[in-house]
Amino acid sequence: MAERSFKKEVQELRIGEGEIFRGEGILAITKALLQSGVSYVGGYQGSPISHLMDVLADANELLDELDVHFESSASEASAAAMLSASVMYPLRGAVTWKSTAGTNVASDALTNLASGGVTGGTLIILGEDFGEGSSIPQERSHAFAMKSQMWLLDPRPNLESLVNTVEQGFELSEASNTPVMMQVRIRACHVHGEFVAKNNRSPAFKLRDALKTPRRDISRVVLPPASLAQDVEKLEERFPKAIQHIRDAKLNEFFGPKDAEVGIVVQGGLYNSLMRGLLYLGMADAYGETLVPIYVMNVTYPMIDDEVVAFCRDKRAVIMVEEGHPNYIEQSLISVLHRHDITTKVHGKDMLPMGGDYTAAVVEKGVRRFFEKHAVAMLGNHPPAPDPVPILTSKPVMKLAEVVPPRPAGFCTGCPERPIFAAMKLTEKDIGEHHVSGDIGCHIFANLPPFNVSGNTMGYGLSGAGASAFNVKSDKRTISVMGDGGFWHNGLTSSIGNAVFNEHDGVFVIVDNHYAAATGGQDILSSRADNPRRSTQHSIATAVKGMGVKWVRQIDRTYDVSKMRATLTEALTTKETGPKVIIASSECMLNKQRREKPQFRAAVKAGQRMVKERFGVDEDICTGDHACIRLSGCPSLSVKQTDDPLKDDPVAAIDNTCVGCGNCGEVSEAAVLCPSFYRADVIHNPTRWDRFIARFRNAVIGSLQNFADTNRVAFPD
Amino acid sequence: MKALIDHLPGRIHEKPISIAILAMGGQGGGVLADWIVSIAEAQGWAAQSTSVPGVAQRTGATIYYVEMMRPLDGKRPVFSLMPTPGDVDIVLAAEFMEAGRAILRGFVNPAQTVLIASSHRFYAVVEKQVPGNGVGDSMTVIEAAGIAARKIIAFDMQEVAERAGTVVSSALFGALCGAGVLPFGRDVFETAVRASGKGVDASLAAFAQAHDIARANPPAPDVKQGPEKRLPPLPVSAGHSQLDALLKRVRAEFPPHLHPMIYAGLRRLVDYQDPAYAQEYLDRLVSLHSHDRNAGGAAQTYSFTETAAKYLAIGMAYDDVLRVADLKTRASRFRRVKDEVGASASQILYTTEYMHPRMEEIVGFLPASLGSAIENRPRLFKALDRLVNRGRRVRTGTVLWFLSLYTLSRLRRLRRRSLRHGREMAHIAIWLDTALAHLPTDYPLAVEIVRSRRLIKGYSDTHSRGLSKFDQVLAQVPRIAGRPGAAGWLAFMNKAALGDEEGKALDGAIRSFDAEIEGGVRRPALSTP
Repeated sequence: MAERSFKKEVQELRIGEGEIFRGEGILAITKALLQSGVSYVGGYQGSPISHLMDVLADANELLDELDVHFESSASEASAAAMLSASVMYPLRGAVTWKSTAGTNVASDALTNLASGGVTGGTLIILGEDFGEGSSIPQERSHAFAMKSQMWLLDPRPNLESLVNTVEQGFELSEASNTPVMMQVRIRACHVHGEFVAKNNRSPAFKLRDALKTPRRDISRVVLPPASLAQDVEKLEERFPKAIQHIRDAKLNEFFGPKDAEVGIVVQGGLYNSLMRGLLYLGMADAYGETLVPIYVMNVTYPMIDDEVVAFCRDKRAVIMVEEGHPNYIEQSLISVLHRHDITTKVHGKDMLPMGGDYTAAVVEKGVRRFFEKHAVAMLGNHPPAPDPVPILTSKPVMKLAEVVPPRPAGFCTGCPERPIFAAMKLTEKDIGEHHVSGDIGCHIFANLPPFNVSGNTMGYGLSGAGASAFNVKSDKRTISVMGDGGFWHNGLTSSIGNAVFNEHDGVFVIVDNHYAAATGGQDILSSRADNPRRSTQHSIATAVKGMGVKWVRQIDRTYDVSKMRATLTEALTTKETGPKVIIASSECMLNKQRREKPQFRAAVKAGQRMVKERFGVDEDICTGDHACIRLSGCPSLSVKQTDDPLKDDPVAAIDNTCVGCGNCGEVSEAAVLCPSFYRADVIHNPTRWDRFIARFRNAVIGSLQNFADTNRVAFPD
Repeated sequence: MKALIDHLPGRIHEKPISIAILAMGGQGGGVLADWIVSIAEAQGWAAQSTSVPGVAQRTGATIYYVEMMRPLDGKRPVFSLMPTPGDVDIVLAAEFMEAGRAILRGFVNPAQTVLIASSHRFYAVVEKQVPGNGVGDSMTVIEAAGIAARKIIAFDMQEVAERAGTVVSSALFGALCGAGVLPFGRDVFETAVRASGKGVDASLAAFAQAHDIARANPPAPDVKQGPEKRLPPLPVSAGHSQLDALLKRVRAEFPPHLHPMIYAGLRRLVDYQDPAYAQEYLDRLVSLHSHDRNAGGAAQTYSFTETAAKYLAIGMAYDDVLRVADLKTRASRFRRVKDEVGASASQILYTTEYMHPRMEEIVGFLPASLGSAIENRPRLFKALDRLVNRGRRVRTGTVLWFLSLYTLSRLRRLRRRSLRHGREMAHIAIWLDTALAHLPTDYPLAVEIVRSRRLIKGYSDTHSRGLSKFDQVLAQVPRIAGRPGAAGWLAFMNKAALGDEEGKALDGAIRSFDAEIEGGVRRPALSTP
């Protein structure tokens, strides 16, 4: 672990009946799990649900008190398989991951889980990384629910709804013997709000109870003929039970007047966007009172035919507000109405965009078209909707568009991955470009300027497999890059094992940051730190050797650019056959600084001798070519304008956020750039010897400098 | 519907107060959003914040969004989770181009938006990786904000924060308070800062200062451009006979408006070598100036001489090992580093220089005959290179290392006999001859040829790359010369050569010129600058 503490958040999880919880959506969901009497929780970290994992990982005492088992799963597949505990036993279990990325990985287990069905409530919390800022392909989790017959909840994005939905999800799962997925969009995970808490609940039937009296039931195993019987059960028992429960428990909501000529059907998660859109159209106030009937689907799969029919029957037209594509719900809606001979006109993706975020502005436009077509009178004298277009098309703003630079996320100041890619770029200059196969993790930023190396990615831990087709005789090898997270998630078998077995001659760079850095510093098998609750310090080198790799190089200081470059060159040119694995290892600087900065300050305060390093640039020597920046991109290495009339271009400059990692010095040395970089070592609380030797040095150096200054002929300043 | 109509008419236009925060990871945007939520909640309002923090990295642009409104009869408003273009009341930008991004995203509109931005720049990679000057112009943000925002408050909040020892979010929070756009008093803001519990004193100090500046409401946004180029007038006397001789010559032989640039050249060359070397500079410049006069330069305010004064000085003060050793060992440099890293008197500072000398550099400062003798023996050269060519960590603060550099710097007296010097001077001669050849026929082209010298900079590989671009550009001169807009074409190529490292932009520029020639009189769409 990156030694971050979530003790404060853990305290929040302890609050009891009637107290007000204030905080983030994902933490509210975590609290709701404990309120629901959950027996076990698992998952795989990733935005936007990392916080749930981090906080529970720090909540040992609380979880022990409540008899809840928490596991940081090795992958989403491991997490999904964990739900197996609820198949035979009345145990409530929850797992979480980033979707759809994680759901893809988990699908194998989910399919089996959904086929056999569950006894205890199982809830799969999907952190939906969709829309602006998303780091994964834009797909829908909806398809997974449909294909496996799991129920999909999409609650309204406020803390109260999120919390209630967790409890309701377990109930629905138990009532229908079916796993339930709860989809929470990225902004809802990070939304700050409040709800009235309940007491945490310890499960009545505990994991230990299950172990005492194991149950067996061949009808739950996916083995013919049970597998076919399970399919029949899905359709004839679980599905009707689910419909019944959803209706009885009123999981879906109706807002606005009962009677109107038109209506709106919306996914729960989009409710807030819709209401803001309606506010702009003058058809709702800010508190949710509305002039239009709205049917909110907090359950987006399955569709409740009766509710839909009742809502649409007497209306001339409805519009389905459904984010993402394909428009599964809209299609289903049309089909249901058609079956019931209802002629209500259904709109949806014909008026709203097929893809992208459904923001208030987007929904407002689509809904306005709907009203213009079917109920223009309702629009009345609404105020003009916000319209940025005149400003955006004005000349000064159009000109601005050419100036404002893109600013994607990139390597942090002092990131140990930066020198790896600087070395890779230098290697490229020496022996030519190579095909690079990328993975998931911070190293994917090497695709961006200034490095522009690294290639496409096929999934977590799959960079090696992504290069496997190039396993042909050639004088050029492939370079596959993966992080330690991806390595343990899937890479050891799918990439390294695959390469060993198929005798792939490629180069495999495993970036080891001492824990899963990109997702926030969670421990994994190769973490360097001791973790009282987890087994760490399993070496990646040993693992790949165990897999059968013969050529393994471990570099324990990635900042040694020259060594990194030499090792890469050797790997790309050695006569040895089979996979060449380079493990490039240095701790994630962001997390390291978080830990070490306070320690450093405390030590200085306590009077200990401490040396603080940072880098600088001699601006007289820098000629403003910025070659150093093109091999770095470090946030603290920037440029500054000078007052020197003989310098046209800005010179390089290092600001005081520099953490002294040494990359710029090493790079300028390895690439033979220029001598302007220096490292400054500031000795805090120097010892008497330090002071003595410094006095001696200053005396000698100072007198020479004095001599030079006195004899220098120069114009006065 | 009845309920709504009953109390809607008065309220239908009531919306939450919306605040978008544009920041980069690590600037404290999340903390700022939390503070804003907490001041609203402390006053009994409902508030919500959202963000897309993404992964752990700290450099990307991020938008945090806050809405707040009074609850109605205990009912919370339905808040939006994203800012709507054209409907944001307050935009807080933690960096100036992020303010620009807010405008481009449509978050700033003239009817309602108060734009509060720190005017400092934090350059993006695409700006700083350019071999020339790729920095975006902050004035474009000012101009756009002028029509986009209802009100703009912009000053360097980063500086305010740094002075107080904290991050920019505290200053932004202070400016938000000082701007008086939220219906909460200063004490409410300050309580929020105190409640957060970390680095409270520093945060409050930055808060207070930014509050006062925003409250004083500077009429024009205070945007920092780069520092003015330092071009002091020619002094009457420098208190040294050799220097005064130089000054006298400048006064006698050049028109006054050229004096500041020539003086800058003199300063550099005296500092670089000695007054005699500066005399040599003036000799060349006098000759160039007489050509300039003959070519009718008076009508052009002698811009040829002025440009030559600048680039000849740069060319003569080429960067070499001796110069680096000289600059690294000066007392003034020791003081500057101490200031820059903020080392106090009770601390001890040492610097380590990262150097990588190669045999090329060593040979360069050997006497010409010896240097070329080694160069002409490739095997010897290679063997010696193996000895010297490696990275060296030079600890300038220790006696032996200092002595080595110091001795090297004293060797500069021998510089003019070195192999490198001869080559540099020959190169200067060819460059200036090329310019002079075109001076009588195409004055602007000659000036631009002089300016091409800008492409040569750096050390080692960087230097060779610059040199090769310079050669590439000058090779185009015979093709360009005699055509209309020749100077424009050369300027276009010079600029392109500084656009990227690989020279793709320069190739593109040359290709456009090829197209121009092939297409007869038709000018390419991109035209000349």
